[in-house]
Amino acid sequence: MSDVVLSVQGLETAFSTRAGTFKAVDGVSFDVGRGEIVGLVGESGSGKSVTGYSILGLVEPPGRIVGGRVELDGENLLALAPEKMRRMRGARVAMVFQDPMMTLNPVLRIGTQMIAAVRAHDPVSKADARTRARDALGIVGIPSPEERLDAYPHQLSGGMRQRVAIATALLHRPAVIIADEPTTALDVSIQGQILAEVRRLADETGTAFVWITHDLAVVSSLADKVCVMYAGRIVERGPADDVIASPRHPYTAGLLASVPSLHEPGAPLPQVPGSAPPPLQRPEGCAFRPRCARASEACLADPPLATFDDARRAALCHHPIEPDAWTSFSTSTASRNAS
Amino acid sequence: MSAAASAPSRRARLADAWWEYRQSPVAVIALAIVVLLLAAAFLAPLFAPQDPYDQAALDLFDARLEPGSVGGGGYVHLIGTDGMGRDLFSAILYGLRVSFTVGIAAGAVALALGASVGLVAAYYGGRIEALIMRTIDLQLSMPAILLALVLVAVLGQGMGPLIVALVAAQYAYFARTTHGAASAERRKDYIEAALSTPLPARRVLFKHLLPNALPPLIVVATVQVANAIALEATLSFLGLGLPMTEPSLGTLISNGFQYLLSGRYWISIYPGLVLMVLVVSINLVGDQVRHVLNPRRGR
Amino acid sequence: MIGFLIQRLIQAIAVVFVMSLIVFVGVYAIGNPIDVLIDPAADQALREALIRQYGFDQPLPVQYVTFLGNMLTGDFGESFVYRLPVLDLILSRLPATLELALSAMLIATLVGIPLGIWAGYKPDSLSAKLIMGFSVLGFSVPTFWVGLLLIMVFAVELGWLPSGGRGPTQEVMGVDVSILTGEGLSHILLPAFNLALFKLGLLIRLARAGMVEVMSSDFVRFARAQGLPERQVVSLHVLKNIAIPIVTVFGLEFGSTLAFAVVTETIFNWPGMGKLIIDSIMLLDRPVMVAYLILVVILFVTINLVVDLTYGQLDPRIRTKGAA
Repeated sequence: MSDVVLSVQGLETAFSTRAGTFKAVDGVSFDVGRGEIVGLVGESGSGKSVTGYSILGLVEPPGRIVGGRVELDGENLLALAPEKMRRMRGARVAMVFQDPMMTLNPVLRIGTQMIAAVRAHDPVSKADARTRARDALGIVGIPSPEERLDAYPHQLSGGMRQRVAIATALLHRPAVIIADEPTTALDVSIQGQILAEVRRLADETGTAFVWITHDLAVVSSLADKVCVMYAGRIVERGPADDVIASPRHPYTAGLLASVPSLHEPGAPLPQVPGSAPPPLQRPEGCAFRPRCARASEACLADPPLATFDDARRAALCHHPIEPDAWTSFSTSTASRNAS
Repeated sequence: MSAAASAPSRRARLADAWWEYRQSPVAVIALAIVVLLLAAAFLAPLFAPQDPYDQAALDLFDARLEPGSVGGGGYVHLIGTDGMGRDLFSAILYGLRVSFTVGIAAGAVALALGASVGLVAAYYGGRIEALIMRTIDLQLSMPAILLALVLVAVLGQGMGPLIVALVAAQYAYFARTTHGAASAERRKDYIEAALSTPLPARRVLFKHLLPNALPPLIVVATVQVANAIALEATLSFLGLGLPMTEPSLGTLISNGFQYLLSGRYWISIYPGLVLMVLVVSINLVGDQVRHVLNPRRGR
Repeated sequence: MIGFLIQRLIQAIAVVFVMSLIVFVGVYAIGNPIDVLIDPAADQALREALIRQYGFDQPLPVQYVTFLGNMLTGDFGESFVYRLPVLDLILSRLPATLELALSAMLIATLVGIPLGIWAGYKPDSLSAKLIMGFSVLGFSVPTFWVGLLLIMVFAVELGWLPSGGRGPTQEVMGVDVSILTGEGLSHILLPAFNLALFKLGLLIRLARAGMVEVMSSDFVRFARAQGLPERQVVSLHVLKNIAIPIVTVFGLEFGSTLAFAVVTETIFNWPGMGKLIIDSIMLLDRPVMVAYLILVVILFVTINLVVDLTYGQLDPRIRTKGAA
């Protein structure tokens, strides 16, 4: 990928608690191209949200970034002074959060909040800032944006609020927007509308998205690339269609098998046995070993990074799944596509 | 969960709570002070040089002696004597007894009354709940001191009326706290389920609703004992509490106030210092207990 | 909005009515007013004439209805001790108490809220811990004891400030005030600080708790993610949110400040309503007690009403609900 805007390399973020210190993010690396949508998938506690906060330098104590680089257009964000990093946030890299009820200040009008966001980086007049806020609302498909500026958050629906949040993130046309489960709290129909809108925005504005989610179905319909996280590490990455069509890591395979929409209707849903280990009790070697049907003695050692398809895909595993071992499952995927 | 399984876990929880409590050295010192003052108050007759209630033993020639002087009794008045010739050290020890008695008695009765009212409101719900809680809220919006003041004026001086006044001024805090915790629990499905079976009401009340209200009640009780002691002292200081023949810390301070401007500071200052240390210590203990019992602490 | 207002007004009037009944009956139980009123040496005929004059021979409900009727016309009766209309007596003491209470609230607000905000912004710093220690002292040490210490240190030992009294007053639009002269200021400083201390401790805690809660909210995170300067995050997003609980408590506490003035006024010999009520309790001056308590109830109900309305102005969620 020649046109990389965001490059995360060996990122490590540690949390210190009374019981001990653990790495919520443990050596995460991935690249995001211009206008690309990268899905960051994992269950809760996998470190996907902390990865997002780390990119923006918004990790709060007791958390701390302890290693790695986050390069935005070649500049390492982690080395920036706090004030310089502040100028980056919102302007070059922005973020949208999960719960649209909570991310907008309930006692301030939409306009007030958006105008403040414009003027945080550009010293324009309030009137100009308001015009830009109104235009941004229009871009994300909000009807009669001028009136919405005078509304309070509680007067809008959840989907509208999340559009406002995305519009706010888009105000300065950032190179990357980190979206932390932005559609999880919304109805499925609203979710679909927003996903389509985001796809369009990425194509039209060239803004890239890192889409953090636990929902592989969302990734399959939205993302160009996908990174699957487990216990603080990316265990598999590659083009979204390829990963979903033929997963290489047993964990990805387990996740895919338990997605209802990718499965034969009526058939019992297979589940990944067991649950993710608490961060302070991660097993030696491969953290997925205790839940993995393919585990062997070798898995007691740190898993190697196996690459496939000219390094376009990779899996952190001693025993990656061979492409033909997955055929039984791909038929059900095919039947979904056919219907 | 069986009793055998819950017993060690309860002990472990207590140990854990104590560990958490010890994290604040200030709170540990405060607890030590409270225990020390409690011991001093209740063992007062053992080492107080004088019985301050014995009017016959008082000698007006000994009045307002400076700290360290030797009076007619032949012993040293460590921190001087008061306006009636009382050994101030003895008077403070006995005053502490009175303050503790009033504070703890008022706190305990207010706890029992308030918790009952709150439980009843939460248990019955509907109109009864609305009526009770409206009254409680109305009372809480009035300052406690005014209510106590009027009641003491109506009931007259003495320990009994004082405790009644303090209970009336304070039970509402317990009622609100209990109601808050219990009604949150009341709305949970398992209580609804339990109520639809012929289970006796008191089982639901005492096995489910009350235990859930207990942690906040402990915190409120600690703070309210301190408040009762302070309020009693205030009323006595205003001349509406305990009489000079049965002095509490507040009465002693009030009695010394008239000598303050003439420079005989000790008559007011020493009982006042003890009162201040006591009330602040109890409050610090309460603060830390609140911190330890906070259900959100774990997050 | 209008419906909401009317509903609140009706509630408020009901509360005043009920409280007047409780107060009247409660105070009725105190002592025998005739002993206070009448010279024990007076002969029986005079006694009975006076009893009839004051209406004490009537049954309690009749007395109450008479009282209520008079009250509605602003007549609270006459003080047994001062032989003056009670309302005039209380109103003549009102400015002194109001001045004291307002000064105290001013001190508590100007000092307490910034300290609390700072303590909530940097909760782990040493300064925050010192501030919190001070607030524990503020609301746990009894007011009368602090007043005593203040007198001892600043009046007796240092001799900087007077130990009591109100000092000279100036008339501004028909109301006596003392804060306009240096002499008056020196008189009000100690009592106002004394009365402020409890509220100060409370406001520090409140502002800190609000600050901690709002600072950890998602919208503050979102504002930071937009790159807002930290100063603007606090001034734009945080302050208005913590203002809501603070205004509520400020209003409610203003009423209790008036009540707590009882203690401070006694210590500093401040000629306000609080001292009047203590004196009238001591002297069993029943009409003054009843009138004072009912006026306090009216005051409290009014404050509650104003707070409710202000709250709605500050919180748009409630405002629109009220309009609906």
